[in-house]
Amino acid sequence: MHTVNLSNVSPDARAACAEIARKADVNLRDCYQCGKCSAGCPMSEDMDLPPRQVIRKLQLGLLDEALSASSPWLCAQCQVCSVRCPQGIDITGIMREVRRASKAAGKRSLPESDVFEDLFLKKVKKKGRSNEQYLAASYNMSSGHLMQDMGSAPKMLSKGLVGVKAQSVRDIDAVRKIFEKCEEGRDA
Amino acid sequence: MTDLTFSYFPGCSAESTGSSFTQSMNYVAEKIGMKLEEIDDWCCCGTSAARITNDDLKHALPTRSLALSEQQHPGMPVIASCAACYSVLKEAQVYAAESEENLAHVNSLIDMDYHASIDVTNILEVLVQPDVQEKVVAALKTKLNGAKLACYYGCLLVRPTEVVQFDNPENPTKMEGLLNACGAECVDWSFKTECCGASNHIVSPKAARKAVERIFRNAKANGADAIVTACPLCWLNLDMREDQVNSEMGTDYHLPVYYFTELIAMAMGATADEAGLKKHFEPAEAYAASLFKQPEAEEVAK
Repeated sequence: MHTVNLSNVSPDARAACAEIARKADVNLRDCYQCGKCSAGCPMSEDMDLPPRQVIRKLQLGLLDEALSASSPWLCAQCQVCSVRCPQGIDITGIMREVRRASKAAGKRSLPESDVFEDLFLKKVKKKGRSNEQYLAASYNMSSGHLMQDMGSAPKMLSKGLVGVKAQSVRDIDAVRKIFEKCEEGRDA
Repeated sequence: MTDLTFSYFPGCSAESTGSSFTQSMNYVAEKIGMKLEEIDDWCCCGTSAARITNDDLKHALPTRSLALSEQQHPGMPVIASCAACYSVLKEAQVYAAESEENLAHVNSLIDMDYHASIDVTNILEVLVQPDVQEKVVAALKTKLNGAKLACYYGCLLVRPTEVVQFDNPENPTKMEGLLNACGAECVDWSFKTECCGASNHIVSPKAARKAVERIFRNAKANGADAIVTACPLCWLNLDMREDQVNSEMGTDYHLPVYYFTELIAMAMGATADEAGLKKHFEPAEAYAASLFKQPEAEEVAK
């Protein structure tokens, strides 16, 4: 237990926390801190702030602490928390919005996760489909984890689980236009 | 009677890491007269990457393929094999069908004329329909011989509940129903709907391995001899990571991990190769062979 001085919380920080909740379509006051979300979360053991505590930080307006947490980046979006919440709070949505706000604030505490999602979409924008073998290779290059999963690569090739040929859609312009429109309206 | 003609969305893993799912599904489909007509020029559903990054993209990418399906295969329900594709396509369909405003918005993003007129389903959901399940059972050449299987659903077949409405989100039992009807004796266990760790096996392997280790541990503790999945990412994260879990965490799991369609295909007469078993990391052929021993041979041995 430690003391939290709430008189120093700025109105801006409170407003930013409220905005995160609004985007997730959640009323922060619905949460009475039962902790069922954290108990069921498959990743909470490795999180600095389990889901319940992320919500607590937002309730108190402690924006920086919420945005610096690794948890939204470790969240696998499995939705167990949202399904089990006795108050029907979409905690998965909160984790998603904290993650987006954390990225906007330049705080990504697990950069690998951000690198991976961005690479995935970049490649889909280019080909219209995902090619797992090239995604894995690019991820290793971009993240600096050069040898990760390389032990499985020969087996995957020999078993025909991945090939050399990349798949793509024919009407790639249509897919690119969709990406461009969605990227434009991102914060609308 | 369930109409067995579908507009088929294969998804990006269908020809790669999910290829044994595809080939075993096709085998089963052929045996029960199910027709899968591929959506021409489908694109990636966007999966969790689009979902987490951009709300518009999350709806627009899958909707392009749904709109193509409406054009190419009017009135035909869309079927996906991959659980992630299914979940994303279904969510997009539900979103567009919810209001005129949503429909107009997503149409403006994809620049097409989608009507949200057709439903989205998945291969498991279809095979567990009572009349289809009867056809499956009728097409079996041999039974699953009391196989002790742990049916693993993962996340996306059962959550978000209000979208998929497929089975009980905490204790689904439809896969067990199907495999038991095929002669298995599926075990009751606690980790049916636990997350496999998804892409965290790449971005945060240590945390993700623990999720998989708990799944193996619980399956084994409840007497399972094998795990059965209905999702290509779940399959890969269990089958490919089992050996890594053992070496990284000092465990000794050797549970084969099957797609439910692989075992059904074999019971229908497919060889191990035809069912896709040679593509597994954890050896899967010996256990399957032990299930499909000819009863005559057993009698002789006695």
